[in-house]
Amino acid sequence: MAYRTEVGSLQSYRKGLIEVDDDLRKYAFSNIFEVAGTSAPFERVAVVQNLDYVAEVVRVEGASGWYAAPHDEFAIVMDGEVAFTFIRLAEGQVPAHGGGAVLLSGEPNGPRMGRVIARRGHQVLLPHGAAYRMAAEAPAVAIVQTVDGPLTVKRWAGICRLEGEGR
Amino acid sequence: MTVPDARVERTGTDPDTGYSSFRLGSFTFRRDEYFAHVGWPKGSHIIEVDRFLRAMVRDIGWGFFYGWIFFDDLFGTTNHYGTVDIFAGAYDRASREAGIDWLETFPAEAVREAFEAISQDWISEGYDPLNAPLETGSPIGPKGKPRTDPLVRSFIAADRMLGLPGDKPVRSDATGHPIKRAFADLDYEAPVIECEPGFEGQLHAINLFEHIARSDVTWNPSISAVTRANICCVTSEEHMLPVIHGNDRNEWFIQLTDEIHWTIADKNSGAPRGRVVMRAGDVCAMPADIRHQGFAPKRAMLMVMENGTPGLETRYASGELKPYPVEFG
Repeated sequence: MAYRTEVGSLQSYRKGLIEVDDDLRKYAFSNIFEVAGTSAPFERVAVVQNLDYVAEVVRVEGASGWYAAPHDEFAIVMDGEVAFTFIRLAEGQVPAHGGGAVLLSGEPNGPRMGRVIARRGHQVLLPHGAAYRMAAEAPAVAIVQTVDGPLTVKRWAGICRLEGEGR
Repeated sequence: MTVPDARVERTGTDPDTGYSSFRLGSFTFRRDEYFAHVGWPKGSHIIEVDRFLRAMVRDIGWGFFYGWIFFDDLFGTTNHYGTVDIFAGAYDRASREAGIDWLETFPAEAVREAFEAISQDWISEGYDPLNAPLETGSPIGPKGKPRTDPLVRSFIAADRMLGLPGDKPVRSDATGHPIKRAFADLDYEAPVIECEPGFEGQLHAINLFEHIARSDVTWNPSISAVTRANICCVTSEEHMLPVIHGNDRNEWFIQLTDEIHWTIADKNSGAPRGRVVMRAGDVCAMPADIRHQGFAPKRAMLMVMENGTPGLETRYASGELKPYPVEFG
């Protein structure tokens, strides 16, 4: 028997449904592609929050600024192709705030480490000690596993399903 | 009741089926051709043996996981991270009202030894409860030839990220993990990694979907990446989650491919609350006051985000932390 694996994309996704006799806000049901479809490029919108930790949906379109975090982060590309470019930070340039990514004021002056070209299903290490930039020629979608930080956008009421109907 | 010195005992062997029976504390375990039978001083319970064994080997492999693992509505375990409760009816209103509920607390190692002894005796060659039903034989009938390969394949838990030097490997043909039939239609190109001279090995990326597509187990997650205590688990799901999970903390599901149906019930009483159907790209929290069970008509890829901060279970249990993850108007 031949199987057909269903993946979603910015252009085509089928959102599921939630039918619970409970406050739907407790489940914070959203969809990555729907969130990316209504986000500005490089808005880092939380779709998961576990106390201090988040997963952010990022619409990658064009080239971002340079980000860095005081810990490892990880990106999973869910649609399209994303180029991640890395620059090694000097010890004094590595952010020391509590957590999450920050946007650097410009391109760091350290050495280029290289780049990773990632497509759907690829998971990329955004290593502590490096600055990174994301770029995509066509709109793409990534999920970033990180810590709740100064760039984390929370608009739960706008992204979560609060009624129990599928579409 | 806490039973600190309990060890599993083999109490006999059925001359007709060939299966052994066991005792741990006050709980007794025996099986026949179709069913597992669990007994305790106030009552007894019957569970279809395929479901019982699928639940038991996962419970061992997960190290009893987070919180409550219900083998069915009545019987299961609760992880206290060092000790483990075995319960029967303790979270079932009818059993409690009838006064037949029972719960004993054991050292985790004693429960692991007991469950391994039972599984090894009750599982014969040709049946692997970690596989999807279409990929394995049946456990019903009398005892057959013993299995010689490992029954339990535990979490693959990356320390930082799968595939990094010194960390856990990504599944591949070389590790003995072919692409599973249900994911044969996807392309599995590798990410392109271009390192500048002097930075070789410092950039890293994997095809995570390929790692999941090669999983030889279902409903058995592996950790792919860790940010502090922010844990990304990935797993392939087919047929039904053979346990009902009641977490001791909030967790999140991100549906990577295909579709999973989750039934939701109250954690303490088992009263139904409804269902969630998740399709590719959907994200849903599983609050800490529910139990849930998943059903995947076609093998699906699921990502689970867990907060592994030590001691969270007591902060949720005390009410210090709310049993849902975010608040908004």
